[in-house]
Amino acid sequence: MILRPNIEDIKTTGYYLGKIILGLGMVMLLPLVIGLAFGEINPALDFVIALEISLALGLLLTNICYTDRDLNWMQGMLVVSLSWLVATLLGAIPLYLSGHWNSYLDACFDAMSGFATTGLTLAQDIDHLSYAHNFWRHLIMFIGGQGIIIVALSLFVKGLAGAFKMYIGEARDERILPNVIQTSRFIWLVSIVYLILGTLALGVTGMLSGMKTINAFFHGICIFMAAFDTGGFAPQSQNILYYHSLPFEIITVVIMILGALNFKLHYHIWTGNRKEIIKNIETGTLFISIILTFWITAMGLSQSNVYPGALNLFRKGFYQLISGHTGTGFQTIYAGQFLREWSQLSLVGIIIAMGIGGAVCSTTGAIKTLRIGIVFKAMMQDIKRIILPEKAIVVKKFHHIKDVFLEDAQVRAALLITLAYLVLYMLGALIGMLYGYPFLSSLFESTSAAANVGLSCGITDTTMPDMLKITYIFQMWAGRLEFISVFTLMGFFIALIRGKS
Amino acid sequence: MKKPPIIKRVMFSVVLFYTLHFAHCAVFAQGISSVELVNNASVYDGKIITYEGEVIGDVMQRGEYAWANLSDGKGAIGIWLDKALADSITYTGSYKSKGDLLEVTGTFRRACSQHGGDLDIHAESLRKISGGRQLKERLNPAKLNFVWILTGVLCLVLILRLFRSRQNKK
Repeated sequence: MILRPNIEDIKTTGYYLGKIILGLGMVMLLPLVIGLAFGEINPALDFVIALEISLALGLLLTNICYTDRDLNWMQGMLVVSLSWLVATLLGAIPLYLSGHWNSYLDACFDAMSGFATTGLTLAQDIDHLSYAHNFWRHLIMFIGGQGIIIVALSLFVKGLAGAFKMYIGEARDERILPNVIQTSRFIWLVSIVYLILGTLALGVTGMLSGMKTINAFFHGICIFMAAFDTGGFAPQSQNILYYHSLPFEIITVVIMILGALNFKLHYHIWTGNRKEIIKNIETGTLFISIILTFWITAMGLSQSNVYPGALNLFRKGFYQLISGHTGTGFQTIYAGQFLREWSQLSLVGIIIAMGIGGAVCSTTGAIKTLRIGIVFKAMMQDIKRIILPEKAIVVKKFHHIKDVFLEDAQVRAALLITLAYLVLYMLGALIGMLYGYPFLSSLFESTSAAANVGLSCGITDTTMPDMLKITYIFQMWAGRLEFISVFTLMGFFIALIRGKS
Repeated sequence: MKKPPIIKRVMFSVVLFYTLHFAHCAVFAQGISSVELVNNASVYDGKIITYEGEVIGDVMQRGEYAWANLSDGKGAIGIWLDKALADSITYTGSYKSKGDLLEVTGTFRRACSQHGGDLDIHAESLRKISGGRQLKERLNPAKLNFVWILTGVLCLVLILRLFRSRQNKK
């Protein structure tokens, strides 16, 4: 029997949602300051409007739904899934007001793409976008990459039990430190330290590459946020190709890989346990997967014979591959080149890399290497069971921070999420094909959206059908939250209609 | 059927050859869009082409050369040009300025071996079609009015909150 949610469920959800909206509103002060600093009057007004709407909504919700109760599991999941939707709607306001997006739906597409760290964009004439709006595009990637909930946990939420439920709901199933508030703060510490170092490295490289100092550092901070949070937006329409710089590409590759590693692994490296990088199942799987998918991509590129010389082939192929595998979406080629210049084999290599993704508890999307590693280990265990005598007991272990015995429950969970992602990739591809796009390009774009990557082969464009835009928005949202909180929201609405009180 | 005389056939062939030849050159000289260049890169690879666009972002000096990115509104392409040519650029496009509109003639590379496989144009000559300018930003009164209305709403919500917290204390 399905129970209808009671008023207390709605009030508690509304109260915590209000707190998160207040947090988001406060974050809008940053682009507002940037706008004022650069003397951009209308962009500053765009952020004042969005800030006031967020504060009014947040205050209303916390006022009307006031409660001192902590969240239960369902409420925690609801808060998470709704927070991402509301953040998208509110985050899109300044984008739409800028006039660089053709419709509010397009602005919502980019806001979800930013928060979910995807990087697909429908923006028009980015090259004339204000500093304030450009900063906001990259900042929402930083917030989304850390997790909207992490931002709120660090600032507002006091109840530990409820905080843990929201933390899990945001697809972070690992605690680094004993409690989630400390974990959230550690994630921020790691990110801020890398932010300073990354911005300095990119800013100095930009200056040496001939950019004006102010632009070099502005691009530096934006590109860092997009790279570390495996987002993929860039301040200029040509993305990373704009810089025409090998050092810039090398630095972004390093940052993208850092962003694709588990924050728990960062913690162990920071505390001196450097051997963990080699022993960990996630990094091992990531390494093998990069080699295999790059081999496929390189074979495909040598077939198409586009790039003169092995070094050029490596530079272009490896960059797009790392960008796809880490879920970033930076490009040093034009979207149209994927379909017209790259062979189908090389596209398959990139699609597989995008579909696998980086580590759990990182800023990447997709199936993730831990699950791939677990599924592979389980497969090996089953093969051993067949080969060895029936009475033999086959035990399999893997190393993830500590040695863990492989259990059926872990394999089942890993397989379920893997299956859910595969269905999500195919769903978008199917809808793309319904609109007349070829199979491979539909699958490419769909995987890129659902795995929160952002590489585009040209389908993502402001002229694409609205239904396809909504499909990609849903894919980005469900893919980023790893389904559970999205399913909870769907279940909540079903229970509202069909449940018994 | 009587065949046309040989002289007529030769003349027809010569006229046809030159018509096709110059038509071919004329397409390249007229200025090709960024979309056309990206979508048919193999056709234009290694050819001398003419491309028009607004200079956007920074002109990035690299020794005796420089990179300038030119946008034609549909896309932007990197132009590798001599420093002397780059020095003639006065304005670059951004939020606060309209960049110089240039016509570049140069060699198009689908995957430039000199620049790590980038799709680019190596400029041989450059002509300024029109100069750029600083853009004056005017305050949008509709946005300002909306800000005032929202400030009023926010104040009301804050009063409501204060009222409620006082009630709770009682």
